[in-house]
Amino acid sequence: MARMQVDVLMFAGVRDRAGTARVRLELPDGSTVCAAVEALAGRFPAIREQLSRVAYALNCCYVQSSAYLKDGDELALIPPVSGG
Amino acid sequence: MIEFFMQDWIAILPDALPADRVMQFAADPCAGGISLFVGTTRCESPGCGRELVALDYEAYEQMALRQLQDLAARARRQWPLVKVVILHRVGRVPLAAASVIIAVSAAHRAEAFAACRWIIDTLKAEVTIWKKEIWADGSTAWVDPQARQKEAKT
Repeated sequence: MARMQVDVLMFAGVRDRAGTARVRLELPDGSTVCAAVEALAGRFPAIREQLSRVAYALNCCYVQSSAYLKDGDELALIPPVSGG
Repeated sequence: MIEFFMQDWIAILPDALPADRVMQFAADPCAGGISLFVGTTRCESPGCGRELVALDYEAYEQMALRQLQDLAARARRQWPLVKVVILHRVGRVPLAAASVIIAVSAAHRAEAFAACRWIIDTLKAEVTIWKKEIWADGSTAWVDPQARQKEAKT
């Protein structure tokens, strides 16, 4: 099965727990955000408990976890925002 | 760089926000008023017995900038506005310093007030910026407004 690469960005508390801000994942073609996040949590178990409150952005736009990824996408995990 | 030929000035800046230049930018012969909101850093847990020294702001800058530009565009679709300024600071911000400045000029004050209020409210709910409390004892904590609301209700 063909594979693709997706860059994942993590911020704030999620980044602190993972210990890294950016990671490249290799996933099967046709993977969803949900599958990518599962792979990520496998690699960084410490972020798992935060995932229920995390939103997702694909190439800088909020998406649902059911969204499909394509090669070269940038996926961001967005914990509850607190700007202002 | 301030691009004065533009109608909107949208930026995420690592240093003290230039409040005086915001007023200069927002002023316009077509505007009857400027509504200015300056958000300043404060202790989120007063009376907790610890001393807060600063807030550290972090942004997903590429996305946050697009979101701020989109906020200005959405505000313009709701109200007839002359100039719109949205500046957010990132990095370490000492207590009582400005972390965000919104300025909106319009022909009449009602539109300026309404748009300014809507922009700051929507920014706080949607834009990918985070703040972390830095305490004098060296401890830190990411601020989670949703959790605080929940605590306040219970």
